[in-house]
Amino acid sequence: MGRLRRTMLYVPGNHPGMIRDAHIYGSDSIMFDLEDSVSIKEKDAARHLVYQSLKTLDYGNTEIIVRVNGLNTPYGKDDFEAMVRAIPDAIRLPKTETPEDIEEADELITRIENQIGMERGTIKLMAAIESALGVINAYKIATASKRLIGIAIGAEDFVTDLKTTRSPEGIELLTARSQILFAARAAGIDAIDTVFSDVNDEEGFIREVRQIKQMGYDGKSIINPRQIDIVHKLFSPSEDEIRKSIRIIEAIKEAEEKGSGVISLDGKMIDKPIVERARRVLELADAVKVSYC
Amino acid sequence: MKIHDVGIAGTLESSDIIIHIEKNEGKGIEIELKSTVENQFGNQIRKVIKETLQELGVTDAIVRANDKGALDCTIRARVLTAVNRSAHSNNLPWEVK
Amino acid sequence: MLNGIGREIPEEILGIGTMRSFEKIITNGQVKNIQRSGERQRNPEKNKILDSIETAIRETGLKDGMTISFHHHFRNGDYVVNMVMDAIAAMGIKDLVLASSSLSEIHAPLVKHIRDGVIRRIETSGLRGELAQAISNGIMDIPVVINSHGGRARAIASKELPIDVAFLGVPSCDSYGNANGYSSDNSAVSACGSLGYAKVDAQHAKNVVLITDNLVEYPNVPFSIPASQVDYIVVVDSIGDPKGIVSGATRYTNNPKDLLIAKQAAAVIEASGYFYDGFSMQTGSGGASLATTRFLRDRMLAANIKASFALGGITGQIVALHEEGLIKKLLDVQSFDLKAVESLKNNPCHYQIDAEYYASPDNAGSAVNQLDVVILSALEIDLDFNVNVITGSDGVIRGASGGHCDTAAGASMAIIVAPLIRGRMPSILDRVNTVVTPGYTIDVLVTDQGIAVNPLRQDLYSSLKAAKLPVLSIEELKAKADRIVGRPEPIKWEDKIVGLVKYRDGSVIDVIRQVKKGL
Repeated sequence: MGRLRRTMLYVPGNHPGMIRDAHIYGSDSIMFDLEDSVSIKEKDAARHLVYQSLKTLDYGNTEIIVRVNGLNTPYGKDDFEAMVRAIPDAIRLPKTETPEDIEEADELITRIENQIGMERGTIKLMAAIESALGVINAYKIATASKRLIGIAIGAEDFVTDLKTTRSPEGIELLTARSQILFAARAAGIDAIDTVFSDVNDEEGFIREVRQIKQMGYDGKSIINPRQIDIVHKLFSPSEDEIRKSIRIIEAIKEAEEKGSGVISLDGKMIDKPIVERARRVLELADAVKVSYC
Repeated sequence: MKIHDVGIAGTLESSDIIIHIEKNEGKGIEIELKSTVENQFGNQIRKVIKETLQELGVTDAIVRANDKGALDCTIRARVLTAVNRSAHSNNLPWEVK
Repeated sequence: MLNGIGREIPEEILGIGTMRSFEKIITNGQVKNIQRSGERQRNPEKNKILDSIETAIRETGLKDGMTISFHHHFRNGDYVVNMVMDAIAAMGIKDLVLASSSLSEIHAPLVKHIRDGVIRRIETSGLRGELAQAISNGIMDIPVVINSHGGRARAIASKELPIDVAFLGVPSCDSYGNANGYSSDNSAVSACGSLGYAKVDAQHAKNVVLITDNLVEYPNVPFSIPASQVDYIVVVDSIGDPKGIVSGATRYTNNPKDLLIAKQAAAVIEASGYFYDGFSMQTGSGGASLATTRFLRDRMLAANIKASFALGGITGQIVALHEEGLIKKLLDVQSFDLKAVESLKNNPCHYQIDAEYYASPDNAGSAVNQLDVVILSALEIDLDFNVNVITGSDGVIRGASGGHCDTAAGASMAIIVAPLIRGRMPSILDRVNTVVTPGYTIDVLVTDQGIAVNPLRQDLYSSLKAAKLPVLSIEELKAKADRIVGRPEPIKWEDKIVGLVKYRDGSVIDVIRQVKKGL
């Protein structure tokens, strides 16, 4: 199993205090934002601030992602020039609509990597899909670059594009969420869900996290540290699940040692998908315990 | 790099610093610092401002800094932004060095 | 020998001594008052109610060089200290020792009285604002003495700090002097809840003057201060600003860092061995300390554990747990918000206690000794776990000793909650600027970026480690902070001592020097 990306904490790129403390809340990833949370007049300031911060502050094992401005804006290119040199784990490209958007970003990153003598492919990419066209192209986008580690849905722009609004049930997002998840799975990368902006509506948040976890999402973008524990808890396997998974893995081991082909537990046949699920449960359980620290 | 107009960057929020820079032709670098941690970090803040200006090749400037406990990396970022704004340039630090 | 009513009384009895024979001379105080009770209340024989503060000052015989005292239950809404000091100054009395239980921003006018020689010396738990700044800058010839709440109570009770006149603001009072921090008759406008600190002064001062804006019918039951301890009463328009006395309800913090620290503190308590059915606790009033209560609540519910009592300053959060049945009893020396005031009035197991009962180190056993856990804040803590809660990072006085060292010494586990860094200042230093609480009484430090256990408590270290909590050495935690902010330069001091910090037993644990101006 790769990296856990249950929680991706948004951190506004022009806010030194929040940038300094971003890692202490224990999210799996931090996403420093140069895009929507930074006003047009402060784009340069945020770029300098995130660059200098990433160069000097120690975020430990937390995955570092920077959301840049799109390459069709006056800020996109400078953002890439600076951020590739700041060496985050990944750059998140907003409002991706076509595979060409990704290819353009990939080429730009490659050029900068070459220029500074960095190994090609060091900087990964994430794509945020925030329009109907992007959803239609989801699979092509997800497979447009080897740098891609995940695709995310950005709901606010998306519902506007659909000419609707967000509802508590999320019916308007159902197709897009599914499509993006299929694309991610088919491409073998992660699928990250959108933010839930009403920090005080804990019930609504829990409902949404349950839903996207059941759909198969790897994690959720979050805007407040208070949401982290809730997501991690809901993404944690239950004690029952863990116990059962341990028995499955033990049964497999035993069968392998004996050289027996067909494996069964409690009278039920254990096949490959069951084993894989059990492995994933145990890895997750392990990660959850560690993430307590 | 030469300072033309007044350049300002930063905010008065906790952990930030406002850097106000203007020209001071032929008179070197002058720093007026106000800081919530003046006694403990005043010298360090002045040092970071001075070094960043030197890296950018700024030799003459008046800098007024109002600090609310910014880290060195924030001070650097705000100086870089203020100088670039003042010089109307996009002289990014990764291309200077 | 016949006595005054004609009975034969021997002059001496072996083993008892000479007899003082009853005489039928009616002495003052033994006179029978034939007025009806209702009239007596309005016009008592010995009328305790005086027409002004000046009259009260005169009646008490206050003279140059004497010691006067006040309480701080009205916090930053207090009018009493300034009102009385202005009157004293106008009467030309000088050289007084002002022994308040604490002082805050609103007491800035005292600076003038210090300058004019009205106040020669100050004893208090805390100092803030302009007054604190002036004292830190060396305005006083004699250093201010900082006492803990328990230490002050001990000093007053033992007459080490004898009080000539106590001027005590009371939110309800009858004509005879039964007084309380609330009223069972009306919704006292200046209600402050418990009068725990004032009770000590009322009991031990030579003269007790109550100042109230809410005269109620006799007998004002329940009372905190009994009429038997009260000499004079003055009724004024207002004794304080309700907004400064209590907040509506101390809110739980939304600050994510405070919440993170609180969550970890609750986890520490759960893993410590002191989390059992019947445990006892005290929380400070800081954001993280208060929020710990909320996380603890979830754990108490999950584990079906109830606390036997909560002690000290009581807040709405603690009251909520009490009313939910999770904390059986509340021992209240100071009520922090309206919810606590209401609860003290209405909940029978929410009980008012005085500062000596609460925290004195010198009696048959104060309540702090019954604490399992106390959660305390800190401005600074050092590698020896010594804690500073009195001087800021700039060396200027800006806090209060309070019950910090009392509860730390009494509780089985004293937890300090503090952010690893504030702005650019690290909370952990090689040596704190001022020691208020000695490190050997502090057991655990909880920050947002790790937990440190006092090496004296290997048992706790093992328990927290076993619970997979992020325990580091305090040196490692300090290094972590220094990597982020750099190393601060030490504060430069003048030679002049502006403050003495006394430990709860009256010994001097540290001194505060004047801060050097400029760089």
